[in-house]
Amino acid sequence: MSGPNTNYDPVEVAALDPAQIDAAVEQALAAAAAAGSLEELKAVRTAHQGEKSALALANREIGALPPSAKAEAGKRVGQARGRVAQAFAARQAELEVERDERILVEERVDVTVPALRRRPGARHPIELTAQRLVDAFVGMGWEVAEGPELESEWLNFDALNLGPDHPARQMQDTFFLDPVDSGLVLRTQTSPVQIRTMLEQEPPIYVVAPGKVFRTDDLDATHTPVFHQIECLAIDKGLTMAHLRGALDAFVRIMFGEETRTRVRANYFPFTEPSMETDFLCFACHGAETWGTPEQCRTCGGSGWIELGGSGMVNRKVLRTCGIDPDIYSGFAFGLGIERALMLRHGVQGMHDMVEGDLRFSQQFGMGA
Amino acid sequence: MRMPLSWLAEVTDLPPGARGADVAAGLVSVGLEEEDLHGGDLTGPLVVGRVLDFTPEPQKNGKTIRWCTVDVGQNGQMLTEGKHQEIVCGAHNFEVGDLVVVVLPGAVLPGNFAIAARKTYGHVSNGMICAEDEIGLGHDHEGIIVLERLLGAEKAATLQPGDDAIALLGLAEETVETNVTPDRGYCFSVRGLAREYWHSQGSPAGGYRDPADVATPQANDSGHPIRLDDDTPLDGNVGCDRFVARVVRGIDPTRPSPAWMQKRLTQMGMRPISLAVDVTNYVMLAVGQPLHAYDLAKLDGPIVVRRARAGEALTTLDDVERTLSPEDLLITDSGERPLAIAGVMGGSSSEVDDSTTDVLIEAAHFDPTTVARSSRRHRLVTEASKRFERGVDPQVTAAAAQLAVDLLVEHGGGTADPGVTDVDHTTQRTAYLLDVTEPSRIVGVDYPRERVLSILRDLGCAVAESGEGTDDAHVLVTPPSWRPDLVDAPDYAEEVARIDGYNNIPSITPTPSEGRGLTHGQKARRIVADALAGAGFTEVLSYPFVAAELADQLGFAPDDDRRQAVRVANPLSEERPLLRTMVLSSLVDVLRRNLARGHKDVAISEIGLVFRPGGPLGKAPIPSVASRPDDATLEQLYAAVPDQPRRAAVVASGQIEQAGWWGPGRAADWSDMVAAVQSVAAALAVPVVVANDPDHAPWHPGRCARITLADGTLVGHAGELHPKALAALDLPPRTVAAEFDVDVLTAASEEPVQAREFSSFPPALTDVALLVRSEVAAGEVEAALRRGAGESLESIVLFDVYEGERVEAGHRSLAYRLTFRALDRTLTTDEVNDFRDAAVAAAARATGAVQR
Ligand SMILES: [Zn+2]
Repeated sequence: MSGPNTNYDPVEVAALDPAQIDAAVEQALAAAAAAGSLEELKAVRTAHQGEKSALALANREIGALPPSAKAEAGKRVGQARGRVAQAFAARQAELEVERDERILVEERVDVTVPALRRRPGARHPIELTAQRLVDAFVGMGWEVAEGPELESEWLNFDALNLGPDHPARQMQDTFFLDPVDSGLVLRTQTSPVQIRTMLEQEPPIYVVAPGKVFRTDDLDATHTPVFHQIECLAIDKGLTMAHLRGALDAFVRIMFGEETRTRVRANYFPFTEPSMETDFLCFACHGAETWGTPEQCRTCGGSGWIELGGSGMVNRKVLRTCGIDPDIYSGFAFGLGIERALMLRHGVQGMHDMVEGDLRFSQQFGMGA
Repeated sequence: MRMPLSWLAEVTDLPPGARGADVAAGLVSVGLEEEDLHGGDLTGPLVVGRVLDFTPEPQKNGKTIRWCTVDVGQNGQMLTEGKHQEIVCGAHNFEVGDLVVVVLPGAVLPGNFAIAARKTYGHVSNGMICAEDEIGLGHDHEGIIVLERLLGAEKAATLQPGDDAIALLGLAEETVETNVTPDRGYCFSVRGLAREYWHSQGSPAGGYRDPADVATPQANDSGHPIRLDDDTPLDGNVGCDRFVARVVRGIDPTRPSPAWMQKRLTQMGMRPISLAVDVTNYVMLAVGQPLHAYDLAKLDGPIVVRRARAGEALTTLDDVERTLSPEDLLITDSGERPLAIAGVMGGSSSEVDDSTTDVLIEAAHFDPTTVARSSRRHRLVTEASKRFERGVDPQVTAAAAQLAVDLLVEHGGGTADPGVTDVDHTTQRTAYLLDVTEPSRIVGVDYPRERVLSILRDLGCAVAESGEGTDDAHVLVTPPSWRPDLVDAPDYAEEVARIDGYNNIPSITPTPSEGRGLTHGQKARRIVADALAGAGFTEVLSYPFVAAELADQLGFAPDDDRRQAVRVANPLSEERPLLRTMVLSSLVDVLRRNLARGHKDVAISEIGLVFRPGGPLGKAPIPSVASRPDDATLEQLYAAVPDQPRRAAVVASGQIEQAGWWGPGRAADWSDMVAAVQSVAAALAVPVVVANDPDHAPWHPGRCARITLADGTLVGHAGELHPKALAALDLPPRTVAAEFDVDVLTAASEEPVQAREFSSFPPALTDVALLVRSEVAAGEVEAALRRGAGESLESIVLFDVYEGERVEAGHRSLAYRLTFRALDRTLTTDEVNDFRDAAVAAAARATGAVQR
């Protein structure tokens, strides 16, 4: 091979000429600035920073210089290479930021398109309301008692002071079973749970019994043959109607707000004596009497009060039937309808939605509204 | 029970200007619930009209209205145009010629409802033909009032079009309607209600005038003979312990009852019939004693009160022939011919008719249980039975008879016989030794002794402060004859609290100290319900009533235990007489309803009890309630109640993952059902095992999973439902379902989970592909691999299943990824290979698997 060896040809020493070095630096800086993308920058970087770039060659030639010139040339070339390296690094950083920003813009999606591929499930609001009611009592130190839905007639009626000829027994439209003399019925109330509890447990007893009950009513806006009750029973020494009222007050405050008050009046239930009926101050209108006015309250019907349910001191006959000495213990019981509580709290208008099982009904309530 | 204010004012003092609402509020304050207010809030013209003509006109909304011409006499507002009143009416329960109640323009009906001539259904309606509820007369809105039916033909015959209906129906006056509880039978009378109202006003002295306070003659031997002959008393109580008979002769049968009496009866919701009948009803409403009037000419001998004999029959006043039971108490003529079912209803053979001149009035006291049973047995609830069942004052008998005699004499022109029969076997109530501090102990209000005593005296109790057992704290109390409900201390406590005011009872929050929160079972049930909702199921509740054909539709085998269902004796629908033995049985109805409503993708769940008698129902004992039944009896009682396990079911149809911008959806399939049960088990941290079950209705034999606990206890089934069952149930093909026993999962999750130690060394992964015969269950292969792999196996995943050309026919390839990790070291490749080989060997032994 002939011709000049560009690498080693001493002629090229002239490359160490300061002007030329400055020019090479300027060219490199211009090229770095002109690179519009990381790819372009990479391409020009080889020309200006690579082993064959002018500055690399100049650097290599420093070794061939007389010792007297070495220091100065080394310094000059080193500074030049430093400037170029810095320029390329800065441009590199600049272009990386640009690229990163561009990628994030390019990857943008519309997050408002539907995201749920699987429809979430939901709980039935009757169950949720029962849980809520139960939790109110459990929070006060009560426990939950349960019993069968198909129940003995004796537990559902007789033991509750509802003998076979009692007028109140006729008022309860009972589902009887075949054969009718089986002594079994679909329970018409959750009260047999209280009897089971009293028969099997020693006082003190503080229990709440939620559950399904059955009466031979056709489904309409206010009736359903299968509905839900919650009943509370307390048996202890020294309990009075004042404690009963206290329990009712505590309960309505938990359910309907701290401002809620009760008013009470006499009523009759075979299971209790004395018996009591309780109303509580309407949480929607706070007791304003709006009956007959254009603003008539839809929640309470305008009276300012809402009926809570029946209650009373457990009848001594019932205590004796359950083996509890009425001279030592007294107690109270009260109950209310869960459907009613649901209607009140959530503005449900009628029974149909609660019993038909339309998906749309439960789904409004999620897992525990 | 209703009470016009004018009648109330006769018995007690009404504050000046008192309105119906005030009276109702007073009664509420002493525990008598308001049912309704009638009358008083209406201004006329409200008149009698006669329907002259009508044209039925079908409307676009499907209704047919009647375009009527009605004669309203001189009140006619179109007479100047030469026309009768023209009115649009929506009801269909009347005929041309009927007398009706017409409200004319200018009137205001209850609820401030102003009537004007208005255009409706293409006509100008000049008023309205009224229904009972529209004028506050009653609750009926089934049709309009036809006066012939409301008042009887006889009364209607005396009416003229144009007569004022407000006066006729007593609508100008307010009438309070009260709900009477079973313990307050005496409030089924103006006498009782007025007394309660008087109490609500503080029982002012002299403010109550007892309408039963009339002089009654001494009984003598010349009255109509009466014999009380009850040889089989019920529960030791004779059927009749008092019978007063009075005779009035020479009544003019053509004389009607006076207008004021007819008006009151109408206000009270009863229909005027004839003088004798109206008088007995009026006296009953006044003092609460049901009376019966017999035509004396139709009686042959003494009246004998006895139990019915087997095979006897009686045609009652409602023209129904009733076969009598030996428990029915009868009023008989000479002990032979039945005249009436005591306290329930009279017979037609001795009925007062339009030629009756001599009347025998019966005022008797019957045993509540006897009357209650007869009333129930014959499905006859009458004004009399309602009162006797709840207890009638046994001391008002003679006065009631006297009141009736007086009214018959006065308005019928008859004369009272001097003979007075009063067979009186009633006994004096014994005094109760009341601890006067007990009301305070029961109620929680400190009532001074004097307060207690004055309340009891106001109630009509006789209170003796001296006598056996009395001291500072004890008095002898004898309740008034009209209060059979007052027996012991709680009864008196209620009276004291009621009259003193229930709202004086303070509020003391009870503080139970031993609450242990929810039981494990109660918490577990919430977890199951939440897990199902979390898995995408919407919770619903279904009625547990199912059809008898369902067992066949679901494909239950003849000996399937689930065919043993409880039958409801009086079902709401004859088509659904049985109680469900699976939750799925009734849940499918809810699925069908949702599909019918246009929901295509449905995934629903329900948790509830099922009824599993396992055979015909046993017989539950009915022990005495006098004391706690012995343990053996209670055991029998509990055991007679059939098994009612708590189960959960899910059912899904359509897509479980919806189609959308991401692509197509995914139909719910058998695996979603297995996953549902597995996710519930996982939520409770209960390991379960899945196996193929080729024979479990109502599932598809090739797509049914049997899910058990590790010990083999059955949890439930999941998969696709049998095509035949789906066809029979009218459900879409490929509907999938699962049902499992919540109680089993609850019990299995009872023990606290014991945490395992984790390794922090790196995992070693290895894959194996096994060739097995197609019928070998993947679950068995996996179980064998697990057994063989040893303790270091951390997880095993089936990542590919292949069946096709590349493997031997009748076989399939299962590819597993095994992850190993030791607690104490990093495993070597050799160790991992050894474990893998051991796993494969175990699978080969158990299932014939060959490594590919
Ligand atoms: Zn309100």
